[in-house]
Amino acid sequence: MTIKEIQEEIIDEFSMFDDWMQRYEYMIELGKSLPLIAEQYKTDDNLIKGCQSKVWVHAELDGDKLVFTADSDAIITKGIIAILVRTFSNQKPQDIIDADVEFIDEIGLKEHLSPTRANGLVSMIKQLKLYAVAYQTQLK
Amino acid sequence: MIGTTLDIQAIRKDFPILQREVNGKPLVYLDNAATSQTPQQVIDVIVDYYQRYNANIHRGVHTLSQEATDAYEAARQKIQKHFNIAHSREVIFTSGTTHGINLVATGSTSFLKEGDEVLVSAMEHHSNIVPWQMLCERTGATLKVIPMNLEGELVMEEYHNLLSDRTRLVFCNHVSNALGTINPIEEIIEAAHKVGAAVLIDGAQAAAHIKPDLQALDVDFYTVSAHKMCGPTGVGVLYGKEEWLKKLPPYQGGGEMIAEVTFEKTTYADLPHKFEAGTPNISGGIAFGAALDYMNSIGFDAIAQYEDELLNYATEQLLTIDGLKIYGTAAHKTSVISFNIEGIHPYDIGTIVDKLGIAVRTGHHCAQPIMDFYQIPGTVRASFSFYNTKEEVDKLVEGVTRARNMLL
Repeated sequence: MTIKEIQEEIIDEFSMFDDWMQRYEYMIELGKSLPLIAEQYKTDDNLIKGCQSKVWVHAELDGDKLVFTADSDAIITKGIIAILVRTFSNQKPQDIIDADVEFIDEIGLKEHLSPTRANGLVSMIKQLKLYAVAYQTQLK
Repeated sequence: MIGTTLDIQAIRKDFPILQREVNGKPLVYLDNAATSQTPQQVIDVIVDYYQRYNANIHRGVHTLSQEATDAYEAARQKIQKHFNIAHSREVIFTSGTTHGINLVATGSTSFLKEGDEVLVSAMEHHSNIVPWQMLCERTGATLKVIPMNLEGELVMEEYHNLLSDRTRLVFCNHVSNALGTINPIEEIIEAAHKVGAAVLIDGAQAAAHIKPDLQALDVDFYTVSAHKMCGPTGVGVLYGKEEWLKKLPPYQGGGEMIAEVTFEKTTYADLPHKFEAGTPNISGGIAFGAALDYMNSIGFDAIAQYEDELLNYATEQLLTIDGLKIYGTAAHKTSVISFNIEGIHPYDIGTIVDKLGIAVRTGHHCAQPIMDFYQIPGTVRASFSFYNTKEEVDKLVEGVTRARNMLL
């Protein structure tokens, strides 16, 4: 599936819910399906700055695709990073670089997109894209 | 039932912001330790200033400038009276507590040398740690820490042991922002003076709950921020004993703080202007005076008594939630409750209760050493003011319970 298709699938899933509580509960559920980062990568170097809770992300190439694993000590943050990892993992670095994240707005999590928000969704997106840029250079 | 002589519903009507909704729910504002809300009486003073007599102070000969100067100086006198300060020249307007602390820390550079010791309490806000660390780096003095116990109280025996003829300065907050502990500052000040050390008390968290008598305390420096006590942001006061303020060099150079300037030499203005370079926050200073009037019209005794009842009720109710632990259980506390629920990150609780219209603070509260002490990433902090109600405590308990059920 392309990034766009995955995003549409997520939008579709969230459209079933009519209030914030159900959306958050689903996000927490999604957090449980997050491909967890191996303990050895849970280092300060892999911590994303700008989050009130801890978020670790690791990336590695599988052929020409980038695979992300992550974890967080806060469950809502874990749900957010799970949504991002589901969108961007197993994609080509260039596609990750080119992707937009407007779907966040459509699934009712727009409030998390503010750059001043302490959970650092913006920092998380930036970090995933930075990995993509780094590996894109390596692929070349 | 919470007993009080105050008409809380009438008081709430003074605060326009308390009428608003957040996420479709009536706002329950429980982040008063970060900033308190502003009553209409104070907002009116700010508006009136800009509508009627906005002018630069202390220099214009025109009527507006004179009116603004009179109002600003009248505010200084109100502050002097409120804190029972001997002279209005000992009241220095600042941008807030952090500014006041930095003013003293920077100015103390010339008094300290290698081998001198500076004591700071284990429960300080970063604002009352970092400036002193910087001071010690500049001078070679040593920073020593007054430890605390698990209840969140300073270990006074250790404090007395740390004091010596090498101690030059002691810094401590009157009330801890993260835990609510009211520290025994009378004892701290008296003991420091016995070894010839000066004391700065950070009163940012105390001044909204306690009316300190600074002359009786005999404290050398005391700092407050207006925005924690129903005033505007960006203004505060540093009190300093005249003898100390005379010894300290100016903090910033500029307008207002000079007597005479030539390119060869500048002489400085008298107190308090020596420390008030540049155009100050004029409307803010005037509004700070109005905020004190407002709080005094309610009465600090009644405020303290009511907030204590809210604290006790909230503590009792929150503790009924399974797995909830309160950090900071000192015998003397202001209306601040820092807590966590076992197995849940404080950030998650804060996010869920925000969706329910409840404003609490989450995180390390700019007091990382305290979080390290308890080995936790942070806490949820609910802090109550005199305009909060028992019903709002119930909503908090309900919200936290709901968050717990969602998150566990």
